[in-house]
Amino acid sequence: MKLITAIVKPHRLDEIKDALQRFGVQGLTVSEASGYGRQRGHTEVYRGAEYTVDLVPKIRIEVVVEDDDAEPVMEILVTSARTGKIGDGKVWSVPVDALVRVRTGERGAEAL
Amino acid sequence: MAPAITTLAADAPTLSAANTGFMLICSALVMLMTPGLAFFYGGMVRVKSSLNMLMMSFISLGIVTVLWVLYGFGIAFGTDSGGVVGWSSDYLGLSGIGITELWDGYTVPVYVFAVFQLMFAVITPALISGALADRVKFSAWALFIALWATVVYFPVAHWVWAPGGWLFEMGVIDFAGGTAVHINAGAAALGVILVIGKRIGFKKDPMRPHSLPLVMLGASLLWFGWFGFNAGSWLGNDDGVGAVMFVNTQVAAGAAMLAWLAYEKLRHGSFTTLGAASGAVAGLVAITPAGGSCSPLGAIAIGAVSGLVCAIAVGLKYKLGYDDSLDVIGVHLVGGVIGSLLVGFFATGGVQSEAAGLFYGGGLEQLGKQAVGVFSVLAYSLVASALLAFLLDKTMRMRVSEDDEVSGIDQVEHAETAYDFSGAGGGAPSRSTAAPVPAAAASKKVNA
Repeated sequence: MKLITAIVKPHRLDEIKDALQRFGVQGLTVSEASGYGRQRGHTEVYRGAEYTVDLVPKIRIEVVVEDDDAEPVMEILVTSARTGKIGDGKVWSVPVDALVRVRTGERGAEAL
Repeated sequence: MAPAITTLAADAPTLSAANTGFMLICSALVMLMTPGLAFFYGGMVRVKSSLNMLMMSFISLGIVTVLWVLYGFGIAFGTDSGGVVGWSSDYLGLSGIGITELWDGYTVPVYVFAVFQLMFAVITPALISGALADRVKFSAWALFIALWATVVYFPVAHWVWAPGGWLFEMGVIDFAGGTAVHINAGAAALGVILVIGKRIGFKKDPMRPHSLPLVMLGASLLWFGWFGFNAGSWLGNDDGVGAVMFVNTQVAAGAAMLAWLAYEKLRHGSFTTLGAASGAVAGLVAITPAGGSCSPLGAIAIGAVSGLVCAIAVGLKYKLGYDDSLDVIGVHLVGGVIGSLLVGFFATGGVQSEAAGLFYGGGLEQLGKQAVGVFSVLAYSLVASALLAFLLDKTMRMRVSEDDEVSGIDQVEHAETAYDFSGAGGGAPSRSTAAPVPAAAASKKVNA
């Protein structure tokens, strides 16, 4: 199993959710995040005083999938999150050692 | 306030129901400016001190209101003594005033004049608070308001507006308070911050406004209330001056907003909401002393000049290194000085008084009088306010501790925070806070 994490622009969430559902991903976790990449943030001006806002609002999407689904799911995340503009985000995956469904105690792929 | 109109004995004024009703509404409009100011300032500070900012204005409605009734009205508008202060035992506690007794030379009761003027006395110290954001003990601020109103505002209002007051008698024109309100408050702000110093992190940490919608709401309420402030300052007399003032108020605020925005666009590349709100307020400040004496075209000029100059002036604090948190000096002091001096150029001689400015054939005489008014009030307020702040700082310390300032003044001074950002479990009453009231009450009963 793989944990796939995507840090993307908040307004792409609906698109991403729909695409993952169509593929058959059962569940996902979304949280608010903030950060910056190579382009850094933006500048705001208040009565002439300029403030550099480094940390830009993002959302973090996390899904756990079986090994074979990892590549296509990453591809779905990348295509549905892409706007082509700076700050579109990152997607990565890491191996998952163990997974348990809290309600039933099922383990591994059955718990997905 | 305005020079009294000469009347024949036979034409002695009688109570006018229309003027009295109008003035009561104007008084209510001016009252609304103080909460408006609270929101204007409250939105401009960081989340952690937004409640404190609201309270610094709001408390003035409590303190100054009571002092005004007790003795403030007497000092400001009682029988003159040497041009400096007034006094009248009838005004002590507003106890000796008949309900139909008229304010001398006008058609409204003394009570109506007193309550209208009360609202000016309330908002003026509140204006100062914007310079002190984030760092002053609430108790010290409350005491400062009481002392400042007594030592500075009440006498200065007498100088400028009361028959016998030395600036009034000299012929200084301050229609609705450019000198007594805005220069007075702006100079006081400068005096206090020179004593208490900068916010921790000034010029290093980001201190951007936490809610520009609140700023816009506050500026809008101020603008709305300002019609009472300005148009009411002729006390409802039936000669049209109040109406001219109403027009000029609107025109100057609009022109100043445009000027501020144009400067921002050229200088920084964007039309900002904070700039629009600040520009409107700058125009309102500048037209306050001048709008009763100029034409609507003059009001456009006065508004545009104040919008531009105040936009430039607010940057001075970064260059000169004093921390006027929310630009009370840049907007109110500078705007008030501009408006008061421009009377010397734009007074037409045909509206509020016969004194004409430089552009209307009046020479330099009125400009000279205006300058005396501006700089005497500026100097007195600056020095007296700095001394008061010094006194309070030495006796009770004016600032909160460094830790409290960094972690946020709302929590430590008011035991509240403005917004609940907590997720899981944030707002649940803990045992230690939910239990004590009944517990304490119960133990008292047992002891009794």
